[in-house]
Amino acid sequence: MARKISMKDAINEALDQEMQRDPTVIVMGEDIVGGTGSPGESDAWGGVLGVTKGLYAKHGDRLMDTPLSESAYIGAAIGAATCGLRPVAELMFIDFMGVCLDEIFNQGAKFRYMFGGKAETPVVIRAMCGAGFRAAAQHSQMLTPIVTHIPGLKVVCASNAYDTKGLLIQSIRDNDPVIFLEHKNLYAHESEVPEESYTIPFGEAAIVREGKSATIVTYGQTVHRSLDAAGALAKDGIDVEIVDLRTLSPIDTDTVIESVEKTGRLVCVDEANPRCSIASDVAATVAQEAFKALKAPVRMVTAPHTPVPFSPALEDLYIPSAERIGDAVRQTMAA
Amino acid sequence: MTATTTASPTRTGDNPFPLGKEDLLNAYRTMKTIREFEDRLHVDFGRGDIPGFVHLYAGEEASATGIMMHLTDEDRIASTHRGHGHCIAKGVSVHQMMGEIYGKSTGACHGKGGSMHIADLSKGMMGANGILGAGAPLACGAALAAKKLGHKGVGISFVGDGASNQGMFLESLNLAAIWELPVLFVVENNGYAESTSVDWAVASDSYVDRANGFGLPGVTVDGTDFFAVYEAAGEMIRRARDGGGPSLLECKMIRFHGHFEGDAQTYRAKGEIEDIRNNRDCIRQFSRHVREAGVISQAELDAIDADVAKLIDDAVEQAKAAPLPGPADLTTDVYVRY
Repeated sequence: MARKISMKDAINEALDQEMQRDPTVIVMGEDIVGGTGSPGESDAWGGVLGVTKGLYAKHGDRLMDTPLSESAYIGAAIGAATCGLRPVAELMFIDFMGVCLDEIFNQGAKFRYMFGGKAETPVVIRAMCGAGFRAAAQHSQMLTPIVTHIPGLKVVCASNAYDTKGLLIQSIRDNDPVIFLEHKNLYAHESEVPEESYTIPFGEAAIVREGKSATIVTYGQTVHRSLDAAGALAKDGIDVEIVDLRTLSPIDTDTVIESVEKTGRLVCVDEANPRCSIASDVAATVAQEAFKALKAPVRMVTAPHTPVPFSPALEDLYIPSAERIGDAVRQTMAA
Repeated sequence: MTATTTASPTRTGDNPFPLGKEDLLNAYRTMKTIREFEDRLHVDFGRGDIPGFVHLYAGEEASATGIMMHLTDEDRIASTHRGHGHCIAKGVSVHQMMGEIYGKSTGACHGKGGSMHIADLSKGMMGANGILGAGAPLACGAALAAKKLGHKGVGISFVGDGASNQGMFLESLNLAAIWELPVLFVVENNGYAESTSVDWAVASDSYVDRANGFGLPGVTVDGTDFFAVYEAAGEMIRRARDGGGPSLLECKMIRFHGHFEGDAQTYRAKGEIEDIRNNRDCIRQFSRHVREAGVISQAELDAIDADVAKLIDDAVEQAKAAPLPGPADLTTDVYVRY
């Protein structure tokens, strides 16, 4: 049986193993070494939450602290990726994407297509996402729909340590730009993770709970809330199947459609704001591809169309809860 | 002219220039190719032959040429919306460029990029860029790659005076300085950000001061003087290659055409365009110097002019005859699954 480690340690291990395997992999970001040029320890932090702690001691200046200049260093990572390196650039919070979005969506995402297939941009942009950390409106967003909208980007948002390690290694080896989103509320979550290196292919969802009454499609933190809801629903004889998308671009619509064809009912759960979201995208795909399989209207459980509030009392209402997910499943069962 | 008598391996006995005769002829050929290319686009665009819009580099040839003569394919440049001159000077095929501008499948990017996105990474050309200032971080990345991979390549970032106000550019000056990257930032100051005067839009009076503010050395040269550009760029590129870090070169230059083709340019002073064409044409200045020094004859220049005219005619003819991309090309070269 494999040992259990946290998602945070899985990220650290994936970076460590890829840096050992491939000398062109470098890691950069604000405070990822965490003390460069300071009078105390030069690697005091190892990332704002310690995710990259210890890597500097092993790999030295292949880990680079950056100034607080997201446009410059994210752009430099993208430029370096077209010149023979495989940079992993940490954008501390995906909320900071607004500062450097041009380099991501007008530059890196477009090079391969815009240059007629003559450029490859193997860059990974790691960023924390999601609410529940009492981090308020500018450090808590689930901006997955913004990045999935952009052609040329691949988008990952894992729900556990095992998927995180395999998908991060896959991301580093991929020749397209990858937005690798890490839900900050899951950093401490532990699961069984092999010590050896392994990859998980993009575009393959995981069925994390098999069932036949209804299908829940989700990703990230709300996978766990859906599992909690499933436990309560099971007591009432409602047996839900839960699809963890894992990668949002490419998205595994085949698995979603097969599940809906089996259960006939669909609840899309998304921590993002509701309009043009992953939930609405999955709902539209099922309406187009599997309409006849549906026994009831599709239901969506999302954040409200508001910024993320600070007060814990409000933030707890903001994130889709097991209760809301359970209610949505009961509604679709009753329809 | 500010050319000095700096020793150069290619210098010949009676030649007062910092380049040998072959290099001088090559410099002239490059500048002339850019001029003919752009002037031809000006005419063909006016006729409605060319889709989209184009920004012409005519009048600015000495900058691209004087800088690029120091570079190899291993060196990377990040260009601007006004990128045709940079492409030609960096060695991108004129035929492929023309094909691209005509939107043909034979183009440098198979018709998917267009005038503002011509790239050829095999030549070190990382791309023209429709987003002003966005190339500066990319050039830093190229320089970072050279440093980490342990080769002597440098990154060159081109911006105009307009994009010199972009945060991406200013952040890059700082990043390059603290990471000690082998980068040269070139500000091609043609006096106008589209229609807006540099005197109004750039608060600092001096790009040298601006560079110094970020801890970088800076130099301003007359960008219409090929030799001034060549010498200043050469020193800064050598410095970058030798581990001396980044620097900034301002080339004060002029724009013969409008911001884009179709620009009536009513924001310019009366007589300004005639004046610069008559008195500040970098190619005419170059020709006069090399002829007066007795290094190159008019007949030699005329022979190059004839070659270039034929090259551009041929490129246009081929571009017009080339096939358009087909429906299958719409969804290639990108991840598509929807």
